[in-house]
Amino acid sequence: MTMNSSGRPTAPVAASDIQSVETVSGSKGLSQFEPLIFETDRWGKTGVDLPKAKGKASRLGGVERSVRPELPGLSEPETIRHYMRLSQRNYAIDLGLFPLGSCTMKHNPRLNEKMARLPGFADIHPMQPQASVQGALELIDELATWLKTLTGMPAVAMSPKAGAHGELCGMLAIRAALQARGESETRKRVLVPASAHGTNPATAAQCGFIVDEIDANARGRVDMDDLRAKLKKSDDVAGIMLTNPNTCGLFETDIKEIADLIHAAGGYFYCDGANFNAIVGRVRPGDLGVDAMHINLHKTFSTPHGGGGPGSGPTVLSDALAPFAPVPFVIKDGNGFHLIEETEAEAKDSFGRMASFHGQMGMFVRALTYMLSHGADGLKQVAEDAVLNANYIQAKLKTIMTPAFDGYCMHEALFSDKFTAEGIETIDIAKALIDEGYHPMTMYFPLVVHGAMLIEPTETESKAELDRFCDSLASVARKAAQGDESLKGAPYLAPMKRLDETQAARKPVLKWTAPAPEQVAAE
Amino acid sequence: MRYLPLTSEDRADMLSVIGAKNVDEFYTDVPETARLGGTIEGLPDHQSEFAVERHLTRLAAKNVTASDSAFFVGCGAYKHHVPASVDAVITRSEFLTTYTPYQPEIAQGTLQTLFEFQTQVAEITAMDVANASMYDGATACAEAAVMACRATRRKKVVMSGGLHPHYAETTKLLCEAQGIEAIILPAAIDGELALAEHVDDATACVIGQSPNVFGTVTDMTPVADAAHEKKALFVSVFTEAVSLGLVKPPGEMGADIAVGEGQSIGNSLNFGGPYVGLFAATQKLVRQMPGRLCGETVDADGKRGFVLTLSTREQHIRRDKATSNICTNSGLCALAFTTHMTLLGGKGLHDLAVLNHETACDLADALEAVPGVELLTPRFFNEFAIRTPKPAFDVLEALQDKGVIGGVRASRLYPHDDFDDVIICAATECTSLEDIALYASALKEILA
Repeated sequence: MTMNSSGRPTAPVAASDIQSVETVSGSKGLSQFEPLIFETDRWGKTGVDLPKAKGKASRLGGVERSVRPELPGLSEPETIRHYMRLSQRNYAIDLGLFPLGSCTMKHNPRLNEKMARLPGFADIHPMQPQASVQGALELIDELATWLKTLTGMPAVAMSPKAGAHGELCGMLAIRAALQARGESETRKRVLVPASAHGTNPATAAQCGFIVDEIDANARGRVDMDDLRAKLKKSDDVAGIMLTNPNTCGLFETDIKEIADLIHAAGGYFYCDGANFNAIVGRVRPGDLGVDAMHINLHKTFSTPHGGGGPGSGPTVLSDALAPFAPVPFVIKDGNGFHLIEETEAEAKDSFGRMASFHGQMGMFVRALTYMLSHGADGLKQVAEDAVLNANYIQAKLKTIMTPAFDGYCMHEALFSDKFTAEGIETIDIAKALIDEGYHPMTMYFPLVVHGAMLIEPTETESKAELDRFCDSLASVARKAAQGDESLKGAPYLAPMKRLDETQAARKPVLKWTAPAPEQVAAE
Repeated sequence: MRYLPLTSEDRADMLSVIGAKNVDEFYTDVPETARLGGTIEGLPDHQSEFAVERHLTRLAAKNVTASDSAFFVGCGAYKHHVPASVDAVITRSEFLTTYTPYQPEIAQGTLQTLFEFQTQVAEITAMDVANASMYDGATACAEAAVMACRATRRKKVVMSGGLHPHYAETTKLLCEAQGIEAIILPAAIDGELALAEHVDDATACVIGQSPNVFGTVTDMTPVADAAHEKKALFVSVFTEAVSLGLVKPPGEMGADIAVGEGQSIGNSLNFGGPYVGLFAATQKLVRQMPGRLCGETVDADGKRGFVLTLSTREQHIRRDKATSNICTNSGLCALAFTTHMTLLGGKGLHDLAVLNHETACDLADALEAVPGVELLTPRFFNEFAIRTPKPAFDVLEALQDKGVIGGVRASRLYPHDDFDDVIICAATECTSLEDIALYASALKEILA
């Protein structure tokens, strides 16, 4: 045994054959156990220092809470530790490749965060006098110019708060346009491909439209024969909702004909812009006949996903739909920038208001920061590298896994589960990837491909990282092809084993409740 | 370009692995007429980090911040103090740069905080269950209205004249798109109880707000009773979440659905967004709720863990039959909210609410003492309306010249009502006695 002068061993001795160690604390080395905040002794306490109440006479007129809210208040060190420990149970783009298809998990530049926290943006109120927020209105206007130029569209509604909210904006604009034509009661049918993201049919339904599904062809695109058949009777058609590049990661070859057909039928073309990252700087949706398209600033323009939002979904509009755009919006005249907040005068045809204020300002700052950083030349490179990375993954894995369609893909590579041995499913491959240190790909979506695995690497991955990822996925895929039953138990190395979603849904426990007294006594 | 790791050599190597000559080959499905030759015209090329920072900093400098002046603006967004540790938590990469927790084995951090968030929201609203957040208060209100219609199978919604007009407009828009009749009662400073007279057998829900947009607090129990008598639902709205520490919460007034804005707790003003919509309901209505829900379960070893649950309500499963189209919500803002609530605890929230109320009382005392000023709000928490003998627009402009941003003119919210001389002012724990003295003395000079 090697020792230093005080006798402390400085090299490991031969390991014992203990395979797993149970700890009293529940922690495992750096992965520390952390209970719920409710399982502490900080009930009735607070972690903030506030000046003492003066005991002034209340002017609430007696409309007071009868029972004070009962929640624990943790001190700052306890609070920080709570969240830092929990953070260690999360995978994140800052830790590694996050190949969720159609989610565009790219690097979130830190300059964006720094700019969004400038007090001139973060500490201004949506209802303070407009003369005191000219820089904010100018920023919104500048971002709008970028979005309109990049998409080749004449107008943009900035207030939608996420992608699905942008869809709602576009479909409400279509509804308003039909109303103006006196056809909103007759034109109720919206065509939606079977491969569409669930928000598309849900949005159409929220606007009172009836969803009519169109088939995909063998090449993963819209089946034009089915589309033509569905447009034979056209006086009830409101429009089409189509994602392009679509959810199979493919550009819709017949996009212009689709736009022409829908316009000839008297309907409008809503394009879901979730996958704009593949074409930004290279293709302008305005050149494809699009009437409305939302842009997920949290995808293409790098604002962070934050574990489920906030998003931001500015929606570009064609000349036909622009008059119906929601309030508020920014205009500029000789006296500076102004917010139009009422549906009158220049906004007399507006369909109304979609949210509390003017949109996701914090996301606008981040997105504009990103656009200025990349510039027109950089954004084009973004699209090209995103597509190159996806094709590289497809090329490296196509002999081991089953590509869903022939040919090149756009920004995401789609595989079916055809290559797996019987009994091994897509979810098993996904969970085994966790053990390899990666977040799984999007699984079982789009619905048109059996056991779909949709992989979107984005442009912010290096070749070395892509190679490591492909090696990992290839190894898991080979096990899946061989029917390796060990995959069914994956993940083995994550903070938790597979979770029981069925039990969660059967008897939902949606909040913490204090253990019943008898239970406490029994313990 | 600093955000792109690939080198030209990498690109060439990768193209040869793929068997493509250049990236143009990947874009051959694009119709030829839509293929752009070079870069898009009319936009600048890439810039250094310091050049971009300079541009943004200059834009920011053109704005007057809430901390730069004596600041009394509310009406749905409030200038509260956000503890430094909140930002430390939400800038943590593992929270900031992760996705919706679809893979629970590697998302327990997000999921556990959501479970804690839901518990906190349910407790402060005094409701049974809460979801994992909505976009903001107005969209939460709209979703509550259509949810009430689903639950009651009725198609009529009545909103009070004290409901924030942005909430009312957002709700009316969504309702009308779904063929639901949406009635907004005339603007009223103290009119929430009038809802009780507007419930009939066709009404799905009535929507009232306390504190309302004029700051008036109301025990809306009679509204809930009237609604329930006709088998309609009562939706209780708040725009100031801090009020829940002191003012009678939705659950104590018989609310079936409680919705509101959570910005006040943990979130900056951000010029209107991103914010965090809070959405809570009774247990009976849980399967009608919109949005994500986090629930407790166990893993294969029997260890407690959390997952997104009841997803059969949601768009990715139910598509056009879903309860809502919402997908991404306000995850990180919910994290900011729950972090601040974890510091406050129930006691801190109560104490903070008392501080807000007392500060507003100080402000009311000072402004009422200005000759010609009339306090219009009969019962208030931290916000109230005043009438001034001169037009509010002019008064606020003159105040701004004296370093006071004195509130919101009610005519900005209600351009077609007779509120030209009404200002809605809010005070919070950030309002100092000096700010209040400055407001009163400036107002006195302006009105003299």
